[in-house]
Amino acid sequence: MTLKIKNPGLATSIQDLGRIGYFHLGIPIGGAMDRYALRAANMLVGNDEGAACLEAVFMGPEIEFTETATVAVTGAELPIKVDGEIQDSWSSFVVKAGQTLSFGFLQSGARIYIAVSGGITTPEALGSRSTYPIGALGGVEGRAIQAGDELPTGGTQGAGAGRTVADSLRRKPDTPARLRVLPGLYWHRLTDEAGAAFFEDEWKVAPEADRMGYRFKGGRPLEFVDREQPFGAGADPSNIVDGCYSYGSIQVPGGTEPIVLHRDAVSGGGYFTLGAIISADMDLIGQLQPHTPVKFEKVDMDQSLAARRDRKAMLERIRQDLS
Amino acid sequence: MKTRYTFGGDEHVYVEIDDEMSLDAFFKSLSMSNAVRDAKIEGVTEICPANASFQVRFDPDVISPNEIMAKVMELEHKAESAEKRLTTRIVEIPVYYKDPWTHETLMRFRERHQDPSGTDLDYAAKINGFENADDFIEAHHSQPWFVSMVGFVAGLPFLYQLVEREKQLQVPKYLSPRTDTPKQTVGYGGCFSCIYSVRGAGGYQMFGVTPMPIYDPEQKVAHLKDFMVFFKPGDIVKWKPIDRTEYDEILAAVEDGTYVPRIAEVEFDLDDFNADMSGTNAKMLEALNDA
Repeated sequence: MTLKIKNPGLATSIQDLGRIGYFHLGIPIGGAMDRYALRAANMLVGNDEGAACLEAVFMGPEIEFTETATVAVTGAELPIKVDGEIQDSWSSFVVKAGQTLSFGFLQSGARIYIAVSGGITTPEALGSRSTYPIGALGGVEGRAIQAGDELPTGGTQGAGAGRTVADSLRRKPDTPARLRVLPGLYWHRLTDEAGAAFFEDEWKVAPEADRMGYRFKGGRPLEFVDREQPFGAGADPSNIVDGCYSYGSIQVPGGTEPIVLHRDAVSGGGYFTLGAIISADMDLIGQLQPHTPVKFEKVDMDQSLAARRDRKAMLERIRQDLS
Repeated sequence: MKTRYTFGGDEHVYVEIDDEMSLDAFFKSLSMSNAVRDAKIEGVTEICPANASFQVRFDPDVISPNEIMAKVMELEHKAESAEKRLTTRIVEIPVYYKDPWTHETLMRFRERHQDPSGTDLDYAAKINGFENADDFIEAHHSQPWFVSMVGFVAGLPFLYQLVEREKQLQVPKYLSPRTDTPKQTVGYGGCFSCIYSVRGAGGYQMFGVTPMPIYDPEQKVAHLKDFMVFFKPGDIVKWKPIDRTEYDEILAAVEDGTYVPRIAEVEFDLDDFNADMSGTNAKMLEALNDA
């Protein structure tokens, strides 16, 4: 069974749950930006939760199916069509051999996950099918999909139509989006006033927002504690001796525009980081469009772990509903 | 040196050995991250050593943040007593300084540079007190370098020169990062040199380009058959200046699969090095010349 790509959309790529263990060489974990949505899509069609799906941003692709399969689309909201007929999101449906899956204009969110029964079975690179274009790894020849590509799938019939994720379990960002932050790393570089302003101000997602990182603008510039810069760090007060970056860590070059590193993060560099987005909120970032208002919310470690448990419990409920 | 422990969100322990760069800080961070690896702590998923710091990624569903933090802290004394000695390799990397491709790129991004009137090399020479770019290039390649971190993007090495601190070259990064850097550009930022393993964004000053691939996911070239990434922390590098003719010859050899980099195995002992830097370097360069 193959998926014939008639129109690739904007930047549609093959993603799974990523490749662990190569960040020390600068190769990031990658994988779905919204892992919750990817897992849900796979569960709906009867796949392993980590099977490779298509991640499409802002715009859906157009795909012809060579054989019949179960399909589900989760994440962002946009009209889903099979030969023009509208289908429900966060629900399984069947696409028959010869039919075409296509999409209307984006209504909310930023990224959709398209799961196909059997999963996409392009070759693995370092243990994952996730596409990492900077390193030309995974996906189709290490790149986003293009018109004319024929993507192999596991070719199973899947779980069939009519399975659905309850409304209350479809996780979406609030307005303004709330992103919880655990202060740490180089937080001490900020003055108390700057640290407070970071959480008080409303920020907006900047146009520079992709799989590597999301940039934010609109808050007050951050002031640094005065110091003589350490040897090797560089002259700007936002510089440090190049170190590792955490996934979700927030750097603020020059103190002006925070950047949250995401799944295709650079593994290190010379900018101070003030802490990191908690693991439970990383998925939400993947659903933010440019210009979305955002509030950063300060939490402690216990709150971070509680949020992580909540998210796991939601996934567990989907698992039970669909088992 | 005062070690600082902190969390990066709920999935990372971050350990800063020192806020300034030194080989002592590097060796301690390498020893400590090795000790964490050897301890095989359940729930640890990635260990990333850096110049003067390191990071441990863990799964908080398997090990609690406080527990992993305590385990990492316990390993500090082990790293302090570890030998500051490495069996490693010295690698000759050919560099075509003042090449046409980085020149084209640096001219394209001139408005983002501290000194739009000259080149990156002219600027680096001037602020480090050299008469001209050629004297600066001489200082850049005459003494070897130490790979103190691999990362940023796939397989990119950060290198620290094996000379006294007063002889260290220091150059700021671009005022605003470029959106383009040619593949295999030899760059410079802070006290670090680097080789851009792939084409892409970058903020380091650009001095030249090497024809030797250091990252290849298809593993076509001979020296990347074992693994797609060439460098690892602890490697030692000697830049070798080459001209356009040599550049083209090496490139042709790379393309037909016959290129073999010059490499020699060496011992590097930090105490010996600190006691006699030029003597230690001379011995390593001799080993390289004999290879």
